[in-house]
Amino acid sequence: MSGLLPFLGSRLLRALVALWLVSSVVFVVMRLSGDPVPLLLPPDAPRSEIFRVRAELGLDRPLPVQYLVFLGHALSGDFGRSIHFREPAVRVVAGYLPATFELGLTAFVLAALVALPVGIVSAVRRNSLVDQLSMGIALIGQSAPTFFIGILFILIVSLKLGLLPTSGRGDWRHLVLPALTLGAFAMASIARLTRSAMLEVLGADFIRTARAKGVAEALVIVKHALKNAAVPIVTITGLQFGSLLGGAVVTETVFAWPGIGRLAIQSIYNRDYPVVQCVVFVSAVLFIVINFCVDLVYGLLDPRVRTG
Amino acid sequence: MASSTLASAPAEAATTAVRGGRARRTRALVIAGGSFVALLVIMAAAAPLLAPHDPVRQSLRARLAAPTLSAPDGKAHLLGTDHLGRDVLARAIFGARVSLLVGFAAVLVGGVVGAALGLLAGFRRGWTDTVIMTLADAQLAFPFILLAIGIIAVLGPSFPTLILVVGLSGWVAYARIIRAQVLVLRSREFVDAIHGLGGSVARIVARHILPNVVSSLVVIATLELARAIVLEATLSFLGLGIQPPTPSWGGMVHEGREYLDSAWWISTVPGLILMTTSLVVSRTGDWLRDLLDPTLRGE
Repeated sequence: MSGLLPFLGSRLLRALVALWLVSSVVFVVMRLSGDPVPLLLPPDAPRSEIFRVRAELGLDRPLPVQYLVFLGHALSGDFGRSIHFREPAVRVVAGYLPATFELGLTAFVLAALVALPVGIVSAVRRNSLVDQLSMGIALIGQSAPTFFIGILFILIVSLKLGLLPTSGRGDWRHLVLPALTLGAFAMASIARLTRSAMLEVLGADFIRTARAKGVAEALVIVKHALKNAAVPIVTITGLQFGSLLGGAVVTETVFAWPGIGRLAIQSIYNRDYPVVQCVVFVSAVLFIVINFCVDLVYGLLDPRVRTG
Repeated sequence: MASSTLASAPAEAATTAVRGGRARRTRALVIAGGSFVALLVIMAAAAPLLAPHDPVRQSLRARLAAPTLSAPDGKAHLLGTDHLGRDVLARAIFGARVSLLVGFAAVLVGGVVGAALGLLAGFRRGWTDTVIMTLADAQLAFPFILLAIGIIAVLGPSFPTLILVVGLSGWVAYARIIRAQVLVLRSREFVDAIHGLGGSVARIVARHILPNVVSSLVVIATLELARAIVLEATLSFLGLGIQPPTPSWGGMVHEGREYLDSAWWISTVPGLILMTTSLVVSRTGDWLRDLLDPTLRGE
């Protein structure tokens, strides 16, 4: 266990720096957007009113002061009021978060459940029809734009075959297509990496030894090979979980899924910047927390990374 | 990655003859992929000559016409028309302009910024290096599309904004490889010797660093091109890219969304072209890597 704490400490430090950078970018972007006061007031508001609101929001203070105040507010979860929903931005975002979690988790579980067996079978039956077919599909899944995968699903599965609903949130049938769309990239990446990690291990000497001494093939694959291929597989799987957050923006828009990704896009159309900033910030926090957990698992699984 | 794992297969029994065959096959694939991109570039450049119709001319009478070979008024709408009666094929051809312009320009921006920061980090080391590499980690550790959305929402969508945002999303890969090369070379005696003889840093960069990384850079740039084209299309699809009526592939898929049931071709045609382009360009990057730079395979 020695060495794990310093490793986690340095990772935690990096995560905090990343968070600080993202929030600073959010601040700069917010300031670039110009004066938000006219958006808050009716067009015929008197100048005195504009000055009053500006002072109220602290916009009359020097930029460095504004920056510090912003950081303080961000840390306490205060992103100002949503212009569109007329309530605190953070409460709006919190209301949309469960839908994104539901979609993201389903997509992730689905991706892992499909990709791991496919990757293992492809490695064991290398160059077979199954291998070539699934790796071909994986290549397409990795390079196809997420939004178009969603459009194709809607067109073929929902509209032509009439099997599943096209959009919205409801029972499990509403979840299938968005989850497949969102998980497609992760599925492809996990399958390909599982295959290559397994291939590498299957070529090792200790596998030949195991086979030579008569261990059953299934046992060789599960106990000897898979266990040793686990580290890279866990890493890529965890990282994919994080990147699902970015894909959620697109998937939720395509399927009218009421999560924070679609909320962000709609808030841009509504010029509701407090909500946009809050979504970006909350996603950054989530992403960094997830990556930190992946590092933690990684550090526990593979003692080598702690010293490196 | 798929083919590279074949190469690192257990037995390593591949004879030189087989290797030679593989290399020749990979070279042929790279040439095929390169020709595809060249054709796209020609198509984009010669769009006014190739397009059968004006891509922005609307025609209420020809709305949502299905793909057809029949041409009552002279020129057929081979791939149908959209909700405003505009020719889908013509729009798809013109759409290549946006994709390729933003794609190539973004690769250039990302490459220049990445190379500059990589050189800076490698030569200065210390604080500069720490700051730049932390920045790189932070950016890689974050779904960039969210940041892109925020920035474009504020700056407003336009070609320069789009190129800048898509370009800056990809500087890290270049910076890493160049920094690594600088660090390797810095420790060599001949670099000290050049310094001692009065050779400038620029000379070291031009004569010793760039030649060593040029093949890696070509591979990265190809993979980045595919990524940039998809990112641009995604932003356009979300309404944050090039604004209508200028046709872009992502924007066309977006416009056709509401008509999927009645007029599937509006979204499907540009979407399939985009998907093919992305697949071919990124595969070409993989093949280039196999051909030029076996050391990069480990990724």
